[in-house]
Amino acid sequence: MANAVAEGRDLRVSPRWRDAQKRRERWIARLLLLAGLVSVLTTVGIVLTLTVDTVQFFQQVSLWEFLTDDKWTPLFTPKHFGILPLLNGTFLVAVGSALVAVPLGLGSAIYLSEYASDRVRRVVKPLLEILAGIPTVVYGYFALTYITPLLRRYIENLEVFNALSACIAVGVMIIPTVSSLSEDAMVAVPRSLREAAYALGATRLEVALKVVVPAAFSGIVAAIILAVSRAVGESMIVALAAGSTPKLTLNPLESIQTMTGFIVQVSQGDVGYGTVEYYSIYAVGMALFLVTLAMNLFARWVVRRYQEGVRA
Amino acid sequence: MGNAFEIRNLNVYYGQHQVLYDVNMNIRERAVTAIIGPSGCGKSTLLRCLNRMHDLQPGVRVTGEVRFKGRNIYDDDVDPMEIRYRIGMVFQKPNPFPKSIFENVAFGPRINGYRGNLNELVERCLRQAALWDEVKDRLHASALSLSGGQQQRLCLARALAVEPEVILMDEPASALDPISTAKLEDLILELKSRYTIVLVTHNMQQAGRVADETAFFLNGRLIEMGPTREMFANPREKKTEEYLTGRFG
Ligand SMILES: Nc1ncnc2c1ncn2[C@@H]1O[C@H](COP(=O)(O)OP(=O)(O)O)[C@@H](O)[C@H]1O
Ligand SMILES: [Mg+2]
Repeated sequence: MANAVAEGRDLRVSPRWRDAQKRRERWIARLLLLAGLVSVLTTVGIVLTLTVDTVQFFQQVSLWEFLTDDKWTPLFTPKHFGILPLLNGTFLVAVGSALVAVPLGLGSAIYLSEYASDRVRRVVKPLLEILAGIPTVVYGYFALTYITPLLRRYIENLEVFNALSACIAVGVMIIPTVSSLSEDAMVAVPRSLREAAYALGATRLEVALKVVVPAAFSGIVAAIILAVSRAVGESMIVALAAGSTPKLTLNPLESIQTMTGFIVQVSQGDVGYGTVEYYSIYAVGMALFLVTLAMNLFARWVVRRYQEGVRA
Repeated sequence: MGNAFEIRNLNVYYGQHQVLYDVNMNIRERAVTAIIGPSGCGKSTLLRCLNRMHDLQPGVRVTGEVRFKGRNIYDDDVDPMEIRYRIGMVFQKPNPFPKSIFENVAFGPRINGYRGNLNELVERCLRQAALWDEVKDRLHASALSLSGGQQQRLCLARALAVEPEVILMDEPASALDPISTAKLEDLILELKSRYTIVLVTHNMQQAGRVADETAFFLNGRLIEMGPTREMFANPREKKTEEYLTGRFG
């Protein structure tokens, strides 16, 4: 008892020190909050700038024209500001590169998680990830100077600038996004599920396709959507290889332009500040932002819906 | 009655580490054989030799013979998929697929190209596993919505659906409450008229209740095997007696 009282008195000796400590803790919490806020504020800032300049754009061009006109020719007369050809180009590259990346990426993820020995995995995985580290400008030149000439040997009517070779290059670029994230999702599938399937006489392929892939489905969908958003946002490859001809076409052999491709093109040229061409970059940027946002929301929705189906 | 398995000079190594030593034993057809022994003595390892489950894990080496219906399942010309198809397994922790109850039971028949009426088969297996009445109104709900005991009976139904000749069970009740355990034991007794059952358990009472024969393992060696009642009443080996009387384990 006497001891406790003595200790109590000891504790009361340093109230000022404890106050200082509390203040320090509060400051650290504030600093950490600030660190988190930086990225939030940056995002907000970007969206605000985009919005302000987009509003400028729509004071000169009607939203109706922007959404329905089937020509995009802001750099020469007669000027047209229809986003559809650019959306079409982006869509073509997104779908085309997904057609390349999903089978190859999923295939390598299945190979790595279900077939490869540890030793092979340790070699192949980093090699695959190198693909993601190659600068996109290199991919762009590779597409233009290697893929296109190669394709032109077999496809006669392939234009020099064409969507196809951009799709292939972008597709290869996003393979690691598909494979790496899908493989993570597949490796996380418990071993006990695989054993359950093997014990029923399943082959390796059946285990992979009927147990592991479905169990990892939400992770795989997330991987694919992330990869496709990278394709949608990719600019250098499409600017170099796909040309700069905004066009409403689904023919990958022709020259096209994507939203990002247009932004690159205009940023390089000498477009006067405050002109409608200048503001059109922001309107296109805003459209791009909304497309990617919609994809992310869609991904979340798919993931949540699927998980509900599995859980409850 | 014949033997389902004849195990000869079986040795198993995990890398350099030997865990089973020269095991020789016969497992009778259409009977329940319990494998008992303290934790870590190699019970699961032995069980997984019987359907070549070790193939899936690199670094495991099996020598000796496991003859199933007279044929060594470790011969080169034996297809392990076929072995696993004929020898079902229920694991220690319930491991239903994250699919519907129906799809769990239908999985085996589907991958093995079953041509009959799948609905009837699923119902029959769920009835055999004493789960039908509890799930018949929600066959398409996720298997993960079931309780642990129900999940384990679902895993049993899933194993039964490929109509195996043998069912291997690795401490199937260890994650279950007493009521679910009792249900599972009743099921085992019912199933033994049609199936060969090998039951790993660390619970001697359980072995006493359901097993016709019992094999006692210690440190990777088979110490003693015989009819359960005889062995429990008059163990031949001193170590068996010590284990049965609870002096270690
Ligand atoms: N995958 C493994 N790798 C290495 N050692 C293992 C592995 N599985 C089990 N062992 C070892 O083998 C011995 C027997 O294990 P196990 O057959 O699981 O015993 P039991 O089922 O009787 O508890 C134990 O010493 C255990 O540590
Ligand atoms: Mg065990």
